[in-house]
Amino acid sequence: MNPQPATPSSTAPKARRWFPHPALSLFLLLLWLLLANDVSVGQVVLGSILAWVIPWLTQGFWPESLRLRHPLVLIKFVLVVLWDILIANLILAVRILGPINKLQPAFMQVPLDIQHEFTITLFASTISLTPGTVSADLSLDRRYLLVHSLHVTYIDAAIAEMKQRYEAPLKEVFECSPLP
Amino acid sequence: MSVSLDSALLEGLISFFLLVGAAFALIGSIGLMRLPDFYLRLHGPAKATTLGVGGIIIGSVIFFSTQGDGLSLHELLIALFLFITAPVSCHIVAKAALHLKLEAVERTRGKPWK
Amino acid sequence: MLTTAISIAMLLLGIAIALNLWRLILGPSLPDRILALDTMYINAIALLVLFGIYQGSMLYFEAALLIAVMGFVGTVALSKYLLRGDIIE
Repeated sequence: MNPQPATPSSTAPKARRWFPHPALSLFLLLLWLLLANDVSVGQVVLGSILAWVIPWLTQGFWPESLRLRHPLVLIKFVLVVLWDILIANLILAVRILGPINKLQPAFMQVPLDIQHEFTITLFASTISLTPGTVSADLSLDRRYLLVHSLHVTYIDAAIAEMKQRYEAPLKEVFECSPLP
Repeated sequence: MSVSLDSALLEGLISFFLLVGAAFALIGSIGLMRLPDFYLRLHGPAKATTLGVGGIIIGSVIFFSTQGDGLSLHELLIALFLFITAPVSCHIVAKAALHLKLEAVERTRGKPWK
Repeated sequence: MLTTAISIAMLLLGIAIALNLWRLILGPSLPDRILALDTMYINAIALLVLFGIYQGSMLYFEAALLIAVMGFVGTVALSKYLLRGDIIE
């Protein structure tokens, strides 16, 4: 993965104003085709129009956009998360049906290296969906995430694993490229 | 497009996904019923129930895609929506519980901040 | 075979919803009840999708999607009410 060349700055702002969120537009088009359950020309045209108009009308509501740096890392991250969700559920099933008096629940304060709202949201959602942990609160200064764990033996090791497994890839994908 | 897969095998596959999904949903609800405090109960719906619906929806996609009307993927929208919203609703309910200062079981280590 | 599997799955989901209802009545706190409602609508979605397969009809998909959307909005609104004493600030 080579570092991306800088985009020419003369055309970028104008294109960005008329076409503010390419990724969101693509997502909306996909969503429309799924909703219609039909890939005919008419639906593609209608979906494309909606995918252009909706981001343009609502661009005031969106926070500044992030640029995706490493799509391959993102795909690997998604696969890891899906696999972990499956494992998480098997472990959870065993713990729920097993003896509940032996569970060792804990509140953990996870220090955050990522700062952007969107990335923190993704990180918190990932934690909620994966093994034995649910994100419960974010500190006001956005430096710590409060995580409740169903069963944990070593708190520090659990925090370190969470950061290394989920936060590091997210940071690599989104945070290295602050847009002006 | 008519799929001429071995229909017994296909039915078995669909049945497997449906049963696994329903079992996970049931396990999530058992967790909601059985665990001793609110923060523990949060874990059931956040994961098991979501995966339960996911399993049933995969079964539904396979079923309708092999009915002869072509590929049918729009059920995936429900799964996608649930996977996005389940952590969010879980987080906000937990936040409300922390705000009301609900008690956790005694053996819980660590404290939520004030 | 499929019909039997659907019947068993419906039975499991029915028990799940009954358990949720029990938690909804039992409480003991308000967030518990919100959580029970939340789980209940997710299980209802699963049940509705199952019923769609049983009937061989795709018509139930829209209803399931609507329940998903409305349930999420309801959960967030109720929690927000507990948090702030107000839904729309």
